[in-house]
Amino acid sequence: MNPFDYHRAEDAAGAAALVADNPAAAFLAGGTNLVDRMKLGVTAPDTLVDITHLPMDEVEELPEGGLRIGANVRNSEAAAHPLVRTRYPVLSQALLSGASGQLRNAATTGGNLLQRTRCVYFQDLSTPCNKREPGSGCSALEGYQRYHAVFGASPDCVATHPSDMAVALAALDAQAVVQDAAAERRIPVSRLHRLPGEAPERDTVLAHGDLITAVELPAMPMAARARYRKIRDRASFAFALVSAAAAMELAEDGTVADARIALGGVAHKPWRARLAEEALIGAAATGHDFAAAAEAELAEARPLPGNTFKLPLVRAAITTTLGEVADGVRGRGAGPDQGEGER
Amino acid sequence: MEADITLTVDGRPRALRVDTRTTLLDALREHLDNTAPKKGCDHGQCGSCTVLLSGRRVVSCLILAAAADGAEVTTAAGLGDEAAPHPLQQAFVEHDGLQCGYCTPGQVCSAAGVLDEAAAGWPSAATPPDDLAEGSAPVLTDAEIRERMSGNLCRCGAYAGIVAAVGDAARAHAPAESGGNR
Repeated sequence: MNPFDYHRAEDAAGAAALVADNPAAAFLAGGTNLVDRMKLGVTAPDTLVDITHLPMDEVEELPEGGLRIGANVRNSEAAAHPLVRTRYPVLSQALLSGASGQLRNAATTGGNLLQRTRCVYFQDLSTPCNKREPGSGCSALEGYQRYHAVFGASPDCVATHPSDMAVALAALDAQAVVQDAAAERRIPVSRLHRLPGEAPERDTVLAHGDLITAVELPAMPMAARARYRKIRDRASFAFALVSAAAAMELAEDGTVADARIALGGVAHKPWRARLAEEALIGAAATGHDFAAAAEAELAEARPLPGNTFKLPLVRAAITTTLGEVADGVRGRGAGPDQGEGER
Repeated sequence: MEADITLTVDGRPRALRVDTRTTLLDALREHLDNTAPKKGCDHGQCGSCTVLLSGRRVVSCLILAAAADGAEVTTAAGLGDEAAPHPLQQAFVEHDGLQCGYCTPGQVCSAAGVLDEAAAGWPSAATPPDDLAEGSAPVLTDAEIRERMSGNLCRCGAYAGIVAAVGDAARAHAPAESGGNR
C-alpha cells in the first residue's frame, strides 16, 4: 500500500475542497471497499479525508413526508430504522441482503453508493481493465462473465455495479444530496451512476471532490408494500447475480396504476426497468402481465456468452417480486415460496 | 506517515504511534500484542478478525487504526477468560462450536454482536418481510442465526455446533420481560 496522509474532516464543504484540490485524495467513510482496494493496489490515494465524524449520521423526516438518510448512517442502522422499515421496507430488505453483519455495521449510505465493481479483472492488477487503466482493454470480454452486465454495457466495459441498496433507492426515486466546495445540489440516484460507454473509469456523474452528504426518499405510499428479491450463488453474503426491487399501485378496478422496478447485478448502474414499468401501466396485474413486462425489458438485453443464464433470472426476479407485491397490495399474505403464475 | 492514536482495548487505555496504513487488526496484534483477533483473509470476507468497535461488531482488517482513534475495542480476550468465560464462550465449549479454533475469537465476537443487535430489535435478511415492515422484534431462530453469522467462515465446518451455541446463549440473553418478543 502506498503511504498516505490521514485527515479528519471538520466540515462538509472543507472536506470537498480538500479532495477537489488534490487529484490523489479520496474520501474515507466506512472503508469496507476503499481499504480493500488500497490493499489490492487498485486505488492508491496519497491523502485520505475521513468524513465519518461529520454530522451526517441522522435519519430525519422531510416536511413533505419523505425521509432523509445522512451519508454517514451505517447500512445496519438504516436497515433497522423504524421509519425505513415501515415506509420503505424494500430498502431495509436490500440493505440486509448485502454483505455481512460486520460490514453493514461499518459501511455507510454514501459509501455504499460509491463502492466500485467487484469485477475480478478490475480487482486484479495483473490483467488488463479499462476501468482501472483506461485503454488497457477489457479482460472480461473473453473471460469470466458470470457477474457481468446484460444491459447497457459497452465494448470497453461489461462490469456491474454491486450495490443492493442502490437498486432499492433507484426504484424509490431517491435523490443523492451532493456538496462541492461551493454549493449543494441533488441528483436522482437512478442517474448518479453512468453506463460505461467509452469512459468506464468513471462510475458516476460526480466530479472529483463532490461529497454525497445524504440520500432523500420522496413520500411514496406504494413503497410501504414494495419488495426486494435477490438471486445469488449462496444463500447469504454473496453479490447478486440478479436482483429486483418492485413497487406497484393498483387502481380501483384492479389494474396497475403505477409501478417502479429496478434491477441489480445486470448493468454498470442500478437498472431502472422503465420498459417493464411502461408495459405494466393499465395492465390487469396478473402473472401473465408481469411476464409480459419482463419480456418488454428483456428486449433490450444483450447478454455475453457467459451470462445468458441471467435472462431467465431477470424474468423470474421481475415476475416473482411483482407477484409478491401484488399479493400484498390486494391484502393477501405472500408466502416466500409461492409460484409466479396466475393468482 | 504516522499517527498518534489512543484506543481503549478490553477496558485498558492504550496510546500508540502507527503508520497510517496500519489496520486496526495489525495495531491490535502487532503493536498491542492482543492476538485474540485472527488474520484470515485480510479482505473482510472471513470474519476471523471480528471485534466490537464502540460496541458494534466489525471486521478489524478493513478499519484503519487511525480512523479508530479514540474508540473502545473489545476482543474475544476482553469478553471473558478461562476463569470467567462469557456465556457465549461457555456455549461454544458445551456445543463443540469449534475444531481448530482459529475462527473462534471472531465467531464469539460476532455472536456477541448478534445478540445485542437482536436485543435492539434489528432485523435480518431472514426476517419475514411482513415482520420487517411491521417493525416486529426478531426471534433468533436457527435460520436467523445462520443468516446473521454468515460473515464468519469456519473451515473446519463446526457450523452445527456454532448455531446451537449461539441459540443457547440467545435464549439465556433474551430479556425475561419480553414474553418471547412477539
